[in-house]
Amino acid sequence: MKPRTVAEKILARRIGRPVRPGEVVVADVDFAMATDGSAPMAIEFFRRLGGPVKHPDRMVLIIDHYVPCPNDKVAGLLKGIENFAAQEGITLFRGGEGICHRLMPEKGFVRPGGIVVGADSHSTAYGALNALGTGIGSSDFAGALYTGQVWLKVPETIRVELSGKLRPGVFAKDLVLSIVGQIGADGATYCALEYGGDGVAGLGMEERFTICNMGVETGAKMAVMPCDTVTEAWVDANPSLTTDALKGRVEADAGASYREVVAFDLGDVVPTVAAPHRVDNVHPVKDWEEKAVDAALIGTCTNGSVEDLRIAARVLADRPVAPGVRLLIVPPSREILTRAMAEGLVGLLVERGAMLLPPGCGPCCGAQNGVPAAGEVVVSTANRNFQGRMGNVAAEIFLASPATVAASAATGRITDPRRVLDD
Amino acid sequence: MTDSKGGKAWVFGDDVNTDYIISSKRKRDTLDVNILAAFLMEDIRPGFGNLVRSGDFLVGGKNFGCGSAMEIATEVIKGAGIRAVLAKSFSRTFFRNGVNGGLLMLTLDTDPIAEGDVLSLEQAEGRMVVRNLTKDEVHGLQGGASALGAIVTDGGLIAHLKKNKGFALNQPD
Repeated sequence: MKPRTVAEKILARRIGRPVRPGEVVVADVDFAMATDGSAPMAIEFFRRLGGPVKHPDRMVLIIDHYVPCPNDKVAGLLKGIENFAAQEGITLFRGGEGICHRLMPEKGFVRPGGIVVGADSHSTAYGALNALGTGIGSSDFAGALYTGQVWLKVPETIRVELSGKLRPGVFAKDLVLSIVGQIGADGATYCALEYGGDGVAGLGMEERFTICNMGVETGAKMAVMPCDTVTEAWVDANPSLTTDALKGRVEADAGASYREVVAFDLGDVVPTVAAPHRVDNVHPVKDWEEKAVDAALIGTCTNGSVEDLRIAARVLADRPVAPGVRLLIVPPSREILTRAMAEGLVGLLVERGAMLLPPGCGPCCGAQNGVPAAGEVVVSTANRNFQGRMGNVAAEIFLASPATVAASAATGRITDPRRVLDD
Repeated sequence: MTDSKGGKAWVFGDDVNTDYIISSKRKRDTLDVNILAAFLMEDIRPGFGNLVRSGDFLVGGKNFGCGSAMEIATEVIKGAGIRAVLAKSFSRTFFRNGVNGGLLMLTLDTDPIAEGDVLSLEQAEGRMVVRNLTKDEVHGLQGGASALGAIVTDGGLIAHLKKNKGFALNQPD
């Protein structure tokens, strides 16, 4: 049989025949997810179909964009989602449980080799667990409710070979910003990004989630990591999964055909920012160190793990948030918030001057909370810095690692975290 | 088959993201595209929603519709009466949503099209082309038949699923 990529193997196994890049297939999904950003329209479309939900146990609804609810109109939309979930017997996570891209893996909906679609673009995150995770729309989710299936174009694959190790003060966010910078905002459109190489072993699961979450910022359909001992340990430690979950693991065949192979030596990566207003507008942090900041955001689905909060706490342990700077903390799930509180991280960050927001999408996508003023500069661990993304077209957003954002919050200027982590 | 009078081209650049197409602060409160259409492209061209007319064309560069996968972006474009979106390339989730919603998206080199050009769609040798009435030119389209044609022909994914009681996609020869 012709050697195949991870994406080709996952799709071929699911539909029971070989596939070729470019063809459109209809595939059963393990799980389909929609949020309060996409579910209301999907429910309306589903009602036009007039049919039953085919597999309620494979559908997940998550309220994360509007947490807590900002006004009466949104309250009506959220109530509609709650009623629909109750009527159809669909698992619902209410506001405060967490952000979809955190909850889907955390609650055991993502397994190696599986197919999980989410009506939210950063569903590429699920590839960290060696799965096909991809973003869909509301019509797609309505179709998944009705059939348990989605149509998918079999992607060409770009192989991303990682070697070496990240140096102290350099993090997964710096790596993925560098990757987005090199590939470009549309360089991987319709493609799968397949990670491999001996550099992967040194990346923890949290780092892999950050990297795969931002895969979509290259236009990619999916971003997928290999299943290795790091994956096994994560699955083993997750109370929602058993070791059976590892049975579907997939690896690329030697000699598989790639559209292109790009290589990164992790040792070459430096602290990096994405400057306004594009995610692929990346520069070393040192090129922007004089830039004064007004607000800082640590957390979101991209970079809010306990490890990330530990780094922020380490940076701010001996220094407060700079006068005049607003630091927002957004943990991505109740579980992470609980663990961070138990470790004393939340107390320390709040004591140093941070504001704590509930687990949710809020400030990242301008849904609510933390809207910057005209002319203000925000440094954020989120995944997009488009003009107006946080609710004000006249603000500037820089994307960076939690260490860089914490260091910048402490100094009031964009700051290479190695300056404060070394001292 | 030619559109009788054509529509005006509104030209945008590369990487028009879905937050630019409809701002988060607008889509939060309503899904009514008749209301939201007034705010089309508000963040990058304030007032645009009141200038655009039914039958006009949106013209972009590469990676049109990147960013958020929210289907409200393609719905609002439909709600504004846009005849078709022309671009050098489309982001995949925008393309999915456009196919599923029955939005006409045409891939072509858009560099020759200027703001204000009057465009119409017509068939030439069995294929659709864009005729530029202002410049008296024909802009050829890229890409060929796809299994997704069945969704488009049926009027979008919901209509397709309703008609066929599920997916009925066949690979083109």
